[in-house]
Amino acid sequence: MELALSPEDAAFRDEVRAFIKDNYPAEMRVPNPETDLSKAQMLLWHRILARKGWIAPLWPKEYGGPGWSITRRFIFEQETTRAGTLPPLAFSVTMVGPVIYTFGNDVQRKTFLPRILSGEDWWCQGYSEPGSGSDLATVRTKAVRDGDHYIVNGHKTWTTLAQHADWIFCLVRTDPAVKPQSGISFLLIDMKSPGVTVRPIITIDGSHEVNDVFFEDVRVPVENLIGEENKGWTYAKFLLGNERTSMAGIGRSTRYIARLKTIVKAEILEDDPAHLEFIRDIARVELDVLALEATELRVVAQMARGIDPGPAASLFKIRGTEIFQDITELTHRAIGNYGLAIREHPVSANHFMPGPDYGHTASEKYLNSRKLSIYGGSNEIQRNIIAKAVLGL
Amino acid sequence: MDIQFTEEQELLRSSVQRLLRDRYDFDARRKIVASEEGFSRKQWAAFAELGLLAAPFTEAVGGLGGGPLSTMIIMQEFGRHLVVEPFVETVVVAGGLIEQAGSDQQKQSFIPDIVAGTKLWALAWTEKGSRFDPATVTTTARRDGNDYILTGEKTAVISAPWSDYLIVSARTSGHRHDRGGVSLFVVDCHAANLDLQSFRTIDGRRAAEISLREVRGQLLGKEGEGVGALESCRDRAIGALCAEAVGAMGELNAATLEYSKTRKQFGTTIGSFQVLQHRMVDMFIAHQEALSLMQHLSLSLESTEAGVSRLASGAKSRIGYAGKFVADQAVQLHGGMGMTDELNVGHYFKRISSINIQFGDPAYHVLRFAQLDTAA
Repeated sequence: MELALSPEDAAFRDEVRAFIKDNYPAEMRVPNPETDLSKAQMLLWHRILARKGWIAPLWPKEYGGPGWSITRRFIFEQETTRAGTLPPLAFSVTMVGPVIYTFGNDVQRKTFLPRILSGEDWWCQGYSEPGSGSDLATVRTKAVRDGDHYIVNGHKTWTTLAQHADWIFCLVRTDPAVKPQSGISFLLIDMKSPGVTVRPIITIDGSHEVNDVFFEDVRVPVENLIGEENKGWTYAKFLLGNERTSMAGIGRSTRYIARLKTIVKAEILEDDPAHLEFIRDIARVELDVLALEATELRVVAQMARGIDPGPAASLFKIRGTEIFQDITELTHRAIGNYGLAIREHPVSANHFMPGPDYGHTASEKYLNSRKLSIYGGSNEIQRNIIAKAVLGL
Repeated sequence: MDIQFTEEQELLRSSVQRLLRDRYDFDARRKIVASEEGFSRKQWAAFAELGLLAAPFTEAVGGLGGGPLSTMIIMQEFGRHLVVEPFVETVVVAGGLIEQAGSDQQKQSFIPDIVAGTKLWALAWTEKGSRFDPATVTTTARRDGNDYILTGEKTAVISAPWSDYLIVSARTSGHRHDRGGVSLFVVDCHAANLDLQSFRTIDGRRAAEISLREVRGQLLGKEGEGVGALESCRDRAIGALCAEAVGAMGELNAATLEYSKTRKQFGTTIGSFQVLQHRMVDMFIAHQEALSLMQHLSLSLESTEAGVSRLASGAKSRIGYAGKFVADQAVQLHGGMGMTDELNVGHYFKRISSINIQFGDPAYHVLRFAQLDTAA
């Protein structure tokens, strides 16, 4: 399905397509880019997009964005995900960047935005805590003013790729006396500060994506406060809205369905009764994607006319993650007995994996994708949002 | 229908429970899985000492005569503790096949070592492209004196890296998908020209791809009747795996319920949210129904009822879907914690995922259940 494009937008789409084809680094085409690439490798494409001026589609031109219309941003998103390129680090580009240019001061903009664009700074997100997951407003990591500094103490968790990070943006409690939402501030913390410790969390797929981050008497200069003290909740909500927009994941689901079809064709004989079952299951999930894609295109068209999409992001998040879980499950089923095998981490050519290459990441993807209905606001929370904000319940 | 367990069966259950409680907590299991071999010979010896490895065999071959119900009792507890040692592969599958199809001499020479815990076995029946069909066999066997010479490839053979012997299905006549012409063979794992490539499984076990090039083996059962023997063997294996799944589901439900009563968000325990209450009620129902089917299947296996194979497929499918639902929701309700390697919940999830592949996935078995009805 395609948007009806003007000749200029169609030319833009062709340009993006050709650029990816000519420039996407071959060494980033590994079995599982999310776990198999080094930090330096992950940044290769980021730097290419930065040089082209395409690294931050959301950003206004004055801060280094390309100045695209909503339609062009969508085209870019569609083309890059369909081509299976590794998206630039979301924590830097789509999350903290917009917070800094929207709520930060000039010094902060000048300091941080260029380094986000160039890939010099790698950001991670200090939101969740052991006691504050869905109920984020109860964060307890404390920041106490001491002259020109805040002294930060606390424990953040599920911090994605903190092991690579130069900076972390944190929700910290600066006023414990008021109601939870009113006592939170948004603080930028240098990961090299004394007192910051990162501890890996290994997940059920065996990979190391997330971490605990501990703060022990970490001194943070007050100039690293974003906006006003105790207004952090407003900025946090703004950021979470950005986090959820890209979650429909149509391009990725479309690619995985194509791959699933190849696997089913190779693995299951046509006269095997299981074949028809797969054909049906795949058709159902394809229709799920089609329905979501049509909804996404409708919302994009509305946004282009200036209509506020409301909590459409919650709908995208719920359906996009459920669909991708279904696809990874079907893929895991399709490889039959090889679904018992899983790659060992860190990945090495010395470890033997049975079966054809196309099945080697099926188990880890299946296991890893269980997180999708949990993170970024669990799907239960997203349903609460729609119940409240749309249905008025 | 609810099984009234005999005193002897209750004793079996409580002694397995005690052993596992004392020696097989989650940390002990983690160490076993991380060890070089990936299983514990010490635990295996303890199982032998307690008589677990003898439990299902008839007294005639040196067993305790406990039958499928003793397997059910043991496997339910093994499921609760995520035991990785190859009880299903060695005792239920290989031992069962030898007892069912073996000659007197084979029973005498192999079963005592299984019961004593001194020899381990694995079943090599799956091949590339065979998926879950025991009749799809391209490995060949030709007669050579009293023995046979086997050539072919077997895939995803669980426990093979630990094993002393394999039971291998190979074709003595017919074409790739023919039910007739498949025979079973005992092969020594140290035989010449037998190659193993080991790998880890998602649930922390070891498996191997196996290549046989002119490997010597001895016939087990009648030539050409291997598929029937494999199907009965699969029925018993399904009985064991269903019990294991039910044990794992019970633990997941208990852990999830406990977590929902202690985890607080929005100023209250998450168990007070109606949407999660209903989810946990559905998990409870899934477990109850699985438990009932498990008992029904084990009783049918015990009385070797006609139609037991259809019931086995039905149970494998139904309990498979129920287990998947419970495992999915247990991870979901534990939130990020459910995703971690540190917590046991994810490990139950992976074991259930693995059970849902072994001896056929739920989709395969629901179709077989349907087809056997048409055949009747």
